[in-house]
Amino acid sequence: MATCKYDWPEAGGRELVGKRIDRIDGPEKASGRAKYTYDTHRPGLLIAKLLTCPYAHAKIKSIDISPAQSLPGVKAVLVIQDAGSEIQWAGDEIVAVAAVNEDIAEDARRRIKVEYEQLPHLVREEDLERAQANGRTKPAGEETVGDPNKAFQDPDVVISKGFYGIPVITHCCLEAHGNVAEWTDAKTLKTWSSTQNVSGLPGQIGAGLRRQKVNVDDSNIETVCQYIGGGFGSKVFSRPWGIVAAQLAKMAGKPVKLMLDRDAELEIAGARPSAFAKISVAAKKDGTLAAWDSESWGTGGVGPAGHPPLPYVLQPPNTHWKHTMVAANIGPSRAWRAPNHPQGCLLTMGALDDLAAKLEMDPVEFLMKNVHLAPKLLTKIYSEELQKAAELAEWKKNWHPRGDKTPGHTKRGMGVSLHTWGGRGHTSTCNVIVRPDGSVTVRLGSQDLGTGTRTVIAISVAETFGLPVEAVKVEIGDSKYPPDGASGGSTTVGGVSASTRRGAVDALGELFAAVAPSLGVPPDQLEAHLGLIRVKGDASKSLTWKQACSKLGVKTIQTTGRNPGPCHLNDSGVGGVQIADVSVDTETGQVKVNRMVAAQDCGLIIDLKTAESQVYGALIMGICYSLFEEKIMDETLGQMLNPNMEFYKLAGIGDIGELVVHMMTGPGYDERGVIGLGEPPVISPGAAISNAVANAIGVRVPTLPLTPDRVLAALDKGGLA
Amino acid sequence: MEVVRFTLNGDPVEAGVRAGETLVQTLRERFGLTGTKQGCDLGDCGACTVLFDGEPVLSCLVLAADAEGHSVVTIEGLSNGEELHPVQKAFLDEGAVQCGYCTPGMVLTTTALLDANPDPTEAEIRRALSGNLCRCTGYTKIVRAVRRAAEASRADGRGGE
Repeated sequence: MATCKYDWPEAGGRELVGKRIDRIDGPEKASGRAKYTYDTHRPGLLIAKLLTCPYAHAKIKSIDISPAQSLPGVKAVLVIQDAGSEIQWAGDEIVAVAAVNEDIAEDARRRIKVEYEQLPHLVREEDLERAQANGRTKPAGEETVGDPNKAFQDPDVVISKGFYGIPVITHCCLEAHGNVAEWTDAKTLKTWSSTQNVSGLPGQIGAGLRRQKVNVDDSNIETVCQYIGGGFGSKVFSRPWGIVAAQLAKMAGKPVKLMLDRDAELEIAGARPSAFAKISVAAKKDGTLAAWDSESWGTGGVGPAGHPPLPYVLQPPNTHWKHTMVAANIGPSRAWRAPNHPQGCLLTMGALDDLAAKLEMDPVEFLMKNVHLAPKLLTKIYSEELQKAAELAEWKKNWHPRGDKTPGHTKRGMGVSLHTWGGRGHTSTCNVIVRPDGSVTVRLGSQDLGTGTRTVIAISVAETFGLPVEAVKVEIGDSKYPPDGASGGSTTVGGVSASTRRGAVDALGELFAAVAPSLGVPPDQLEAHLGLIRVKGDASKSLTWKQACSKLGVKTIQTTGRNPGPCHLNDSGVGGVQIADVSVDTETGQVKVNRMVAAQDCGLIIDLKTAESQVYGALIMGICYSLFEEKIMDETLGQMLNPNMEFYKLAGIGDIGELVVHMMTGPGYDERGVIGLGEPPVISPGAAISNAVANAIGVRVPTLPLTPDRVLAALDKGGLA
Repeated sequence: MEVVRFTLNGDPVEAGVRAGETLVQTLRERFGLTGTKQGCDLGDCGACTVLFDGEPVLSCLVLAADAEGHSVVTIEGLSNGEELHPVQKAFLDEGAVQCGYCTPGMVLTTTALLDANPDPTEAEIRRALSGNLCRCTGYTKIVRAVRRAAEASRADGRGGE
C-alpha cells in the first residue's frame, strides 16, 4: 500500500505508467511541423558566420575586418578574439559576421585578414612519453587501496597485462549548435537556442553579455527551444556563439541566426575525452579478482576533463590507479552521454575479459563470480541481468573459448560487459493548471531532446488524474515557464515526473475538496479513475472529470509541483549488462555486429516505449563509437582530418544487426522509483563489442574504433589470421 | 536572380533564386517549408531529402534552378491536412521518431521506396535508407516502421498493386 500521498501508484493501480505509450509530439515531428532552432525565421533575419583559426596553437598578430565591413549586405562584424590573443585549438572563433544572406556572410568571412604567429602544438595523445617530453602532461589523480604490490606477488594469482584505448569522438548532432537572437527592445533579448538547458540559458547568456559590456538583466532574456536535433551532453552551455549572436543582433539592430557549419560542429562543438591505459589485473585461479593496477591517460583538450573511474564497477580488494591528463590542442571537451563511463568500462571490461581468457573461464561466469565486488545495491541486479542477457543472447550455445577455431575467414565471437550510472531527478518546478471546463495544462521550463520528456510529463499528470494522455496539454521549452534543470546525467525523467506528480496530486486534492460536498463524502474518500471522480468503494457515486471540474465555478486550480520534495518518487544508481555477438572477416578486417542484447534497469519506467527507444538508440550509438567514430587529428597540420559526415563515420541503417532490449521491471526494480536512462545503455557497447572481437579472432584489438586496419594489425601480431 | 517555376507539393509555384542557391535553401527560406532539414549541407546525412519527380534526392546538392519544370514533394506535402500519410503513421506507431530531425528525410525516402517496391525485403529497406543518418539513433524501429507501412499500404491497395 502507498504510504505517502505523492507515491507512485502500486503496480496493480497503474493505468499508464510503465505501459508502451506513443510520444505525444510524434505527429508534429513526422509531419514536418515541428520547429527546431535551425528552422526559426524572424522578419529581417540576418545570417551569421564564424571565421575560425586554422592553427592548433597560435598567437593573433593582427586582424583587419574592414574588407568585410565594406561589403554591401554586411550588417555587423564582431571581433571575438583580438590581436595578442593566444589560440589553443584549430577552429576557435576569431571573428563573426552577420549579413543579409548566407552567401554574403560567407563572402565577408573570406575577406577578413588575420595574421597569426604559429606556436608549437600537440594534437595526438596516444604516446604518453611524447606528451611528457613536450611538457603537456599533468597528474589527474592517483589512489591505492589495500596492498596491490603484495597481491600481484602472490604465487597463486594469474595476472593479465594489456594496453587498451578509446579515442576522442565528437557528438555530431544532426542539428548543429546555434541560435537565433533578437532584441525585442533595447533591454530585452529573446533567443531561440538549440539547448539542453532552457531554464539555465538566460543566466549564461546574460553573464556572457555583461562580460562583453552589453548591459542586460537575466530577467529580460527569454530562451525558447521547442525541438532539438540532438545534444547528447554538448548543448548544456551557451558557448561563445550564444553570446556572439546576441552581440551581432545588438550591433545590427536586427535578429541574427548563427548556426555552426558542419565542420565547426565537428571541430569545436563537442568532444568526448580519450582514455588509454596500461593495465595489470590479477585473479585467484578460481576467478576471484585479487588486484588491479592501471596507468591511464587521456585528453579533453587543453583543459581538465576528469578521469575514467578505474577499475570500473568491480572493485578488487587491492587496487592502484594513476591518471595523467594530456593537454592537447584539439578543441574543448564536452559532456558526452555518461561522462567518463564508456572509457572506464572499455578499459576495465577489456582487461577483465583478457584475464578471463587467460584463466580459461567463461566471461559470464567470471563476472558472475565477481559481482559481489560491485556496489551492494547492484549485486543482485547484475546477477539477474547477466542471467537474462545470457539467455537472450543464447550465450551457452554461441560462446566458445577465445579464438573461433572453425574453418574459413569469418570468425564469430561473443563478448559481455556491465555498467552503472547514477541518475537522479534533477531540480524541477512546474505549474499544474485545472480549469473549470476540465482542461488540464502542465507547464515547466524543461526541454525534450527526443527522449520523450513531453510524453513522460503527460503520463505523470494523466495517471494522477485518471485521464487519457491526450487530455493533458504539456507546455515546455520556454524559460518563462517555471524553472527546470538541464537535461544532463540522466536526470530529466526523474525530475519532471516527480515535480509533475506532486503538482498533480495537490491539484487533485483541491478538486476533491471542491467536489466532495456534491458527492456527500469527505474529500479523502474520493479517487480519480478512468475519467471519473468517484467515491472509494462505491462506484455508483461519481462525476465525470468535466462535471467535477465544473464544480470549481469560476475558480481555476493552479498548483506548483517541485522536485526534490516529499515521498520517494525517484532514486539513483542503475545496473546494466550487454552482450555482443559479432562476426569478423579476417581477410578484410571488417567487423559485423550480428546481435546486441541489453538487459537494463532504470527503476520505475514511466513510458516503456520511449525507454526502449533510448536503449536501442544507445546500442546503435555504441556500435558507432565501437566500429567507426574517431576525431582524427593530424599532428603536422594540427587540424581535424575528418570534420564532415563523409569521413567522420556514423553507423548507417545497414551497419547494425539485430538488437534485443530487455528492461528489468517488476518487484525489486519498480519500488525504487524513477531513475534516468539516457546515459547507462551507451556505456557498455564498446567493451562488449571489443570483447566479442577478441573472442572471435583470438587476440585483443587494443583501441577503438575497431576499424579494418586495426583488426588486421592485431591479427598480424598473433591472432587467428 | 533567376525565376524558377516548378510544382511544389502539387501546386505550381515560382520563385526568384540566387545563382548557386540550393533547393533546400529555396524550400526553407522562400517557401517556409522547414520540414526539410539542414544537417550537413554536403550530401552526407540525408536530412534534406525531398522527392524530385518521385525520386528521393538530397536537396542540399540540387541547385534551385534545376527544379525548373519538375515536381518537388516535401514532408509538408505528404500528409493530407491533419491526416498523416501511412508512412508517417507507421513511424509514430512503431516509435521510430525520436528527436525527429532525420524523420522527414526518412519518411520521404521510405515513401519513394514503397511506391517503387510495395513489398521490400529487409535488405532492400536497409539499402534504400542507407543514405539517411539518424544520430539518436532509431534505426531498429525505423526498419519496423517501414515494414509496417508496407503492410498497411498493401492492405489499402496502395503502392502500385
